[in-house]
Amino acid sequence: MTATDLVARLEEKFGAKIKSKNLQAIDPFVVVEAVDLLDVCRFLKENADLGFDLLHDISGVDYLEPDPKKAPKAGFDPHVEVVYHLQSFKHLHRLVVKVILPRWKDDTPGQLPEVPSLTPLYGSADWHEREVYDLVGVYFPGHPNLTRILLSEDWVGHPLRKDYEFPLEYHGIRGR
Amino acid sequence: MATATHPTQDQTVIEFDVRTDEMLVNMGPQHPSTHGVLRLVLRTDGEIISEVTPHLGYLHRCAEKIGENVTPIQYIPYTDRMDYLAGMNMNLAYSLAVEKLCGMKLPEKAQVIRVIIGEMNRIASHLVGMGAYGLDLGTFSPFLYAFREREMILDLFEEVCGARLTYSYITIGGAHDDLPDGWADRCQKFLDYLKPRIDEYHALLTTNHIFVKRTAGIGILSKELALSHGCSGPMLRGSLNRKAGDIAWDLRKLEPYCGYENYTFKAVIPPFDDNYYEVPYRAPRGAIIGDCWHRFYVRMLEVIESIKLVEQALAKYRPLREEGDRLRAEYERKKDGLSPAERKQEEEKLNTAFKTRLGHRIEPPRHLSPGEAYLETECPRGAMGFYVVGAPGKQPVPLRVRAKSSSFLNLSVTNAICSGCLIADVPAIVGSIDIVMGEIDR
Repeated sequence: MTATDLVARLEEKFGAKIKSKNLQAIDPFVVVEAVDLLDVCRFLKENADLGFDLLHDISGVDYLEPDPKKAPKAGFDPHVEVVYHLQSFKHLHRLVVKVILPRWKDDTPGQLPEVPSLTPLYGSADWHEREVYDLVGVYFPGHPNLTRILLSEDWVGHPLRKDYEFPLEYHGIRGR
Repeated sequence: MATATHPTQDQTVIEFDVRTDEMLVNMGPQHPSTHGVLRLVLRTDGEIISEVTPHLGYLHRCAEKIGENVTPIQYIPYTDRMDYLAGMNMNLAYSLAVEKLCGMKLPEKAQVIRVIIGEMNRIASHLVGMGAYGLDLGTFSPFLYAFREREMILDLFEEVCGARLTYSYITIGGAHDDLPDGWADRCQKFLDYLKPRIDEYHALLTTNHIFVKRTAGIGILSKELALSHGCSGPMLRGSLNRKAGDIAWDLRKLEPYCGYENYTFKAVIPPFDDNYYEVPYRAPRGAIIGDCWHRFYVRMLEVIESIKLVEQALAKYRPLREEGDRLRAEYERKKDGLSPAERKQEEEKLNTAFKTRLGHRIEPPRHLSPGEAYLETECPRGAMGFYVVGAPGKQPVPLRVRAKSSSFLNLSVTNAICSGCLIADVPAIVGSIDIVMGEIDR
């Protein structure tokens, strides 16, 4: 099925819940709200024609220009995207699903934005969500064991945030 | 004096019947059979494993953060250090993702060079996988045999790019240099040397009674579990069944890149009970699709398929190289007798020929295109994906580089397939996943 057909099927089922789409992009994608993500992915996985049973990747992208002088020209508003790369084992077609979030929940710095966990649907979501939580700082309610995976448990901050400040010291080890 | 023993007096049966206190056993990060710095915490009940918790991150080097601060060409050496046993394939994966983002089209010769080098590296990587797997299971000699051949591949790579482990040879827009003079012949000579050696490996491991006992029927990964956890590469293919109509899940076949659609080769998936792969060895008794033996054997057969691919690619490379050399020599010979206008025209013609067909590299654009591209390639350990986001406007560095590691997902099934097995089987199962921690921790 081509990306146009896939998105048409999604729009037919979910209507206005599909916030936006881009079929001209190199990898066509749809954008959904965080609250609808689980429903959309369940439909994508369980519908026989769509059959998206492979979740290849979850990546978090922090859109922020840390330099305030360059920020007006950056070409995007500050936000965080969680990007899901899906594929069907049977039909081979691919689709990208995105969730666009504020950088901080309720605009309170330190409060991580939330996306429901996809662990009930995909086993691969388990470690990938832990990694996104660890490095990008997105909270996944519903995850059975949301702990840091690559960094140590007492690490402060989420390094792939653009405004991350590198620590000067860690347990007596000098940072620079 | 053998007498029949009652089941309760049989030690092994007691082991399975009586629950004892649970114990936590730490394995790694310095344990030799965990392939680098992987730490496994085993929850055991006697000899039986009830839970395995992998702890990662001992080799985390902030590869994704570095990617946001350097240009794609500067990032190539960092990709080498992810999967350090298959540096060429990692260079290729990142280059292809950036080329997809920038919409570049490569000359034919660059693609052929990429296939030759990528498949040679796959052979080297699978040889290490095989040798190290033997080490895990307590046999030392296959390791030495495998490294004997791998050294020769590394010598060939050293001629090509000067490095033996971290190559940075394949780069954005093609390959860093053309292959040296006479390299194709030396490569062919090596393949002729390697082909009869494969039987030695089969004699050492595949048909070895102890090896079969340690691997057949151990660590069975079902197709459903493999798909749910996003396993890829030999790990997934070892769980598929050709006769049940499963697709041979090999990205070189399904989503060809670098012109793989023009080569004849087979994607290797079980069962191995007929002559489909033209090798004399059959699955031993007790081997079940999805077990450690099948994963190991998929790798062994992929070496044979890779040899076929390299031979075909060498046959494509030679005429392209000759034509390029001939055109360049012709131009050099007659350029002094030409008027400046004619000379410019001839030069243009030559450049066009090299940019479209005969060159080994084209110049990448100075700035990344805005937008995002995700591309997966078939690396020796599975589908390695790179997700590159180009920032709006003209930026030389990407906004985000994401490396989706195949070993990372392959390792995430450890708990599921180790539960219920014996402690002694853990090295056999973890070894059969063939992980490289550099790729998992990035």
